Amino acid sequence: MTRYVHRFSRSERTFHWVNATFFLYLLATGLVLYLPRLSALVGRRPLIKDLHFWGGIGWIAALAAIALLGDTRGLWRTLRELETLDHRRFNPGQKVNAILNAAITVLFVISGLLLWLGERNTRFRLQNTVTLHDTLMYGALALLAGHLYLAVIHPATRHALRGMTRGTVSEEWARRHHPRWEVPPDTEGTAPAPTSTTDAART
Amino acid sequence: MDEQAPRRLGRGLFLVSVAGGLSSLWWGKSLTRAVSALPFAPGGGWRIYTVAPTMPKFDPATWRLEVGGLVDKPTTLTYAELRALPRTSQIRNFHCVTGWTVSNVHWAGVRLSDLLDRVSPQFSARGVQFTSAEVPYVDSLTLDQAKLHDVLLAYEMNGKPLPREHGAPVRLVIPEMYGYKNVKWVSRIDLVEQPQDGYWEQLGYDRDAWVGRSNGL
Repeated sequence: MTRYVHRFSRSERTFHWVNATFFLYLLATGLVLYLPRLSALVGRRPLIKDLHFWGGIGWIAALAAIALLGDTRGLWRTLRELETLDHRRFNPGQKVNAILNAAITVLFVISGLLLWLGERNTRFRLQNTVTLHDTLMYGALALLAGHLYLAVIHPATRHALRGMTRGTVSEEWARRHHPRWEVPPDTEGTAPAPTSTTDAART
Repeated sequence: MDEQAPRRLGRGLFLVSVAGGLSSLWWGKSLTRAVSALPFAPGGGWRIYTVAPTMPKFDPATWRLEVGGLVDKPTTLTYAELRALPRTSQIRNFHCVTGWTVSNVHWAGVRLSDLLDRVSPQFSARGVQFTSAEVPYVDSLTLDQAKLHDVLLAYEMNGKPLPREHGAPVRLVIPEMYGYKNVKWVSRIDLVEQPQDGYWEQLGYDRDAWVGRSNGL
């Protein structure tokens, strides 16, 4: 019988999926503004601009709400975990992905606000804001492509998706992929605490 | 090694990424050029900026260009009549005030000064006002600016009739000024006593939008 260990808390999962939802929404509305073909097809640029802008505000507001109303301490611990690039619950690649996504989010928000303000006050208009916003989109898409490949397609790693949907991963998988992760005692009643003597030599 | 306090490389990576991205607002001109020149830049590097809910639709049968105001010979042109006027072409770069540039755009159309000569502007006319079919977009030039030899009413772009999203059937092209002076979907031209603030100028943009010498750039 497969034993499962707890990997992502409810707050972490909510944070992830809310972030993903807003990202896709902003990507869709952003592409309508960015791609000439789509712009011509959809039209209604002033409306799409508003939807995109307020979507961005909603994105940050929603993430802030989860951080404040959810398990604030747990999320803070996760943040501290990401600060070091060692391999425990996450491997260095996963951490770099999360960190770059965080940086891109901050830059998206700043450059987006500058674009919005620049249309209203020429003081906020800088020559390269559009380029930064666009380049961030390409960067975010590249990260997303790698992330989706590893989470959905690559046979060796896609089991991790379960951690983000149900919160748990199989203990055997955890030992194999994250041998130095001190698997936590079950906190959501879905898995028994693992023993620390399981063979880590299988890798 | 296990006992060493792990270094906070992640925090450093985050801060360096944010700082690098923000600083690109100042050093990124070359990045802007590089991104504009990418062979896969969608739409050849163009962005389609519009201010109305829908883009004007061009119907050759009913489309008219009215030229009036302070002129002795007000004129209304059909699309065929416009195309029959002396044709000129030029290859120029297109600059948007928001930073992007499209290089080597091939324009063909009617020299604006030729058209202005045909309607005989009155002595009191010092400005030319352009009204777009995209309501409420308007803009204007001084008569001297409008008479520059490279100011066109372009009906062709890169060898093809002007596409709808670029202002079909005819747009203003004034290459020395930023894109917002290059009115799309021109439907009416009026000679006026003085230029007035156009759509973006009412929002604080410069009326004389010379590339590289206006809008604080």
